[in-house]
Formats: sequence, C-alpha cells, structure tokens
Amino acid sequence: MSESGLPEGLSFERPIFEMVRKIEELKNLSVATGMDLNGEVRPLEEQCEKMTRKIFAGLSPWERVQVARHPDRPLTGDFISRIFEDFVELHGDRTYGDDRAVITGFGKINGRRILLVGHRKGRDTKSKLSCNFGCAHPEGYRKALHKMKLAERFGLPIVSLVNTPGAYPGIGAEERGQAWAIAENILEMSRLKVPIVVLVIGEGGSGGALGIGVGDRVMIMEHAYYSVISPEGCAAILWKNGEKAENAAQALRLTADDLHRLNIVDAIVSEPLGGAHRDHAAAAALVSEAISSALDELSGIDTELLLEARYERIRHLGQFFLGAE
Amino acid sequence: MGFAFRKKKDMPSGLWTKCRACGKMVYQKQVQEKLSVCPECGFHGKISSAKRIEITLDPKSFEAFGEEYLPRDILDFTDREPYAEKLNSTQGKTGLTEAAVVGTGTLKGMRVVIGILDFSFFGGSMGQVVGERITEAVERATGEGIPLIVFSASGGARMQEGALSLMQMAKTSAAIGRLRDVASAPYISVLTNPTTGGVTASFAALGDIIVAEPKALIGFAGPRVIQTTLRTDLPKGFQTSEFLLEHGFIDRIISRDVMRDELARILEYCLA
Repeated sequence: MSESGLPEGLSFERPIFEMVRKIEELKNLSVATGMDLNGEVRPLEEQCEKMTRKIFAGLSPWERVQVARHPDRPLTGDFISRIFEDFVELHGDRTYGDDRAVITGFGKINGRRILLVGHRKGRDTKSKLSCNFGCAHPEGYRKALHKMKLAERFGLPIVSLVNTPGAYPGIGAEERGQAWAIAENILEMSRLKVPIVVLVIGEGGSGGALGIGVGDRVMIMEHAYYSVISPEGCAAILWKNGEKAENAAQALRLTADDLHRLNIVDAIVSEPLGGAHRDHAAAAALVSEAISSALDELSGIDTELLLEARYERIRHLGQFFLGAE
Repeated sequence: MGFAFRKKKDMPSGLWTKCRACGKMVYQKQVQEKLSVCPECGFHGKISSAKRIEITLDPKSFEAFGEEYLPRDILDFTDREPYAEKLNSTQGKTGLTEAAVVGTGTLKGMRVVIGILDFSFFGGSMGQVVGERITEAVERATGEGIPLIVFSASGGARMQEGALSLMQMAKTSAAIGRLRDVASAPYISVLTNPTTGGVTASFAALGDIIVAEPKALIGFAGPRVIQTTLRTDLPKGFQTSEFLLEHGFIDRIISRDVMRDELARILEYCLA
C-alpha cells in the first residue's frame, strides 16, 4: 500500500490510481474549504471510469496473468467469509497429513448446503509460506477427495474454487505420489454422484488446478487464467528464455475469453470494474450469484443423466483433423 | 539424465555407441540385440513404437485404429517456429502421424488393446490427438471387455495445444473410470523412460497394475524444475522406477527382455 492507502498497483493501473488520488484530493479540499467542487469532481470520476474500462478491455494476456496474481485479489478464504455461511472446516487426508494449501469443509450458499474445496494461497508472508503459495502436495489432493466422497455419501453438491500456480514440485511431493494423487482425483471427480461446480478464481495452474477442477459446470472469473503450464515455464522450455513469458502467455490462449471460445469453460464470471481486487464485496456478490445459479441448474437432475452429461462434456474436449483411414 | 544412446564422432561410425546413463562405450550391435538396453549398466534406452509392438504382441496380430485423428494447430501457436510447421516436419522425420499408436492385437493368444507413446514424436507429449487415441483405446477395451496395455514415454502435456492438452488428462482419466467397472478389462500401465507431467498424472498412474522398466525416470515435476525450485541437489536415485517401487507406487519392475512373458503371466491371473 502507498501512503494514501491506495495500492501501488500494477504498471497499467498507475494512471487509474493517479486519477483516483487527484479526485480524493479535490474531495478533501472541498471538505476542508467548504467549496463546492462537485462540478469538477463528477466529470473526473466519469473520466476515471471510462479510462479504467478502456485499460481493462485492452489488457494483454500477460497483463491478465498479473491481475490474476494481484496481491490484493480476493482469495478462497475471502470468498468463504463473504459467501459461504456457517463454514465448518474439515481437516486431514486420513493418510499422511493436513495440507494447508487446500481447504475443505461444509458450508451454505444462499441457504443451500454444499461441500467446499479450494486452493489456499495465503495473504501475508507467514500464511503464504504455510500454504506453500497455493501449491498443494499429494495429501492436499487426497484430503479434497476424502471430503468429496463424504459429500457424495450425504448428497451434498460440491463447489471447488481453483487458485494455484501449480502442484508443488518437491521431493516429498514426489515421494508421496503427486501424479498418483492428481490422477485419482481427476478420475473420481468425473464420476462422483453429486453435482460439481468449479470456478477458477485466480490462477488455474496446470494439473494442480485440474486435480480439483473436474465438474458439471466449469467457470472462470473474468481476469483469471487457466493454462497447461505457467507462461514462465513455457517460455523457459519453448523459447529457451524465461523472459519471453509475455510471448508465451499470448501463445497459450489462457484468458477467460479464449477458454470460453475453446469450450474449456462454460461461463465467465464478470468482475467489478478494474478487477476483483478493487472491490471484494462486489466480486463476491457476482461469484455468489454465478455459483448459486449453476447449482440451481444442476439440482434435481437425475444422477445418471448428470454423470452422462459430465462424461460427454469431458469426452468432447479436443479438436483435430479427421483424415481418411 | 540419459535418454538414449549417442554415437561418438571419433569412433568408427556404427560400431560403438556411448550409453548416456553410464557413459561407457558399448558395442552397438550388442545394444541392438539387447533391445536398446545397455549391456554395461542395464539402462533401458528408447525404442520405437513399431519395435515395441514387435516385441510385445504375437507376430502380425496388430491392427491400428484411431489413425484417422490427425493433429491440428488450433491455437495458431508459434514459439521459435510455428507449431504447424513443426508438426509437418516431425511427421516427415518420424513417419508417425502422432505420438500415440493404438490398436488391437494378441499377446500369447489373448486379445488385447495396446497403446504406445512414441517419444520421438514431440517427446511423446499428449495433445488432443494423443488424448483422443488413448481414450478410444480405453473405450475399446471397455466395450469389448478385453485387457488394455499402455506403454508410456512422455514429457507430459503438449504445451503447443494449451489448456486443450490439459483437458486430455480429464478425458483419458474419465474413460478409465468407466473401464474400472468392467471386470474382464484389466488395465496394465507400463512406465518407461521417461514418463513425467500430465501423462503420469492421468492415465499412466491409473493402471490396475502398474509396472516399470528398470531405472526409468518417472515423476510429476521434472527433476530440473524441482532442482530450480528448491535450489538443492536431489537425492540419488530420486524419481526412478526403483524409487517408486520403494514408495509403493508401482507393482513390479520388469526388464524389457521378459516384458512380454511377464505381461502374459499377470493377465492370466486377471482374466476368467
């Protein structure tokens, strides 16, 4: 945060914050001197909104990745406290431990009982470290699966909030079968007998995202991204230069619009003007509405039909040439 | 990490070759006779999908399917060269249409569906065609109620096809979910050097029985990624077949020369 209490912001946000500060100054002046400056303030506010709209409409894929990783962006915990009433956190994978990079528990959204699973990134340094910046270990994926099976047994729909740079790459993670944990989650999520709504709220980092990312409705927030590999990782491998992340972000087609066009996501959840980090309450209201209406659509569908539709949704992901055999 | 045998320039060409795993010079003819296994250290080098079929199935029993699915550059992806061009040149160089070869055949008289990832085609990576062909293989085994054997060798999901590649993990895994309901369709996953990333974290890790060739590199994150992240040296033998056996993630380690016999032995117990 800067001295004025406003975030420093990303480079493309600076002109916006500059104008917001000027408007604040004018308002303060008006209060201090008793002068009526409404005539000056209002056009400035309109101009500021117009500029914000223009800047955010024209963001490059790499800039969107920056918004998705914004330090003030609402996290799973923020959505839990704003949307899910009476949250009962449930811990542990019953095998190894309790991975803090994944949170699971019962909760209610608009009165409807659900099971929530989500990645946790942490906000301050201490909490970031304790959840490995949102990078889950195998026990995180196994915890999610254990709780999702409870949901299946008790007939609770599942809401999954995805926000991870990727599954944790480390010695312990490999020793405990990272690939095995993710694969079993993907398989089981494709056939759990309750509705599953997935929302990518920030970063959809590869297999680590997909490990809690299979469902009947897969949605993404306007400025979130979902990718097979991080732009930095892709640049390092294909361009042999990690600095080409901007090019990789462009090539990977990882933005919400791209993913919607490719049928990877079913819907895009709008964000408040200037991004979800500018207004957590407004962002949460939009997310709540999107999740509730997806749950409404799915409730009451016969289980067999639900599973058939889920399979077909996954089955038809992919395009290719059909040659003559 | 040794992936293959390499010719050495200052030696008479074609006679000797250097093992990338142990670094020893070995007689090339002997390597070929031993199916690309180093006679010095036992490292299992790469072999082609055609060779794999030849040493696994009964002669002339293989019938490919899924060849009609051909790769397309949906995303208009260009890194240092356009993906579409690289696809064309790789097809020309390898004689393969994609990284997965799938089909039916018999193994000691047992009818099976077989799938093989060929590392020579984009590092065996899984894009939309690999996902489709493997899914077809799974569905064929499910539909006919016969065993499925998949040999993996892959760097993971294919980056040039973006998140659509990632979705192939879901597609193949969902199909295996249905296969698991069919008792007469056991799935043996065979992990070979190297198997990493999105392939390990989907169909390769989902075998009813999982076996690996000796000393293969197998894992989720590649060793270089882990090393860079942790800024530390990795323990000796980390992410090898032997490491996975010790940690409980694979059933057996089987050398290439007895793979066919051992697969048949296992299948006989799984079938009525």
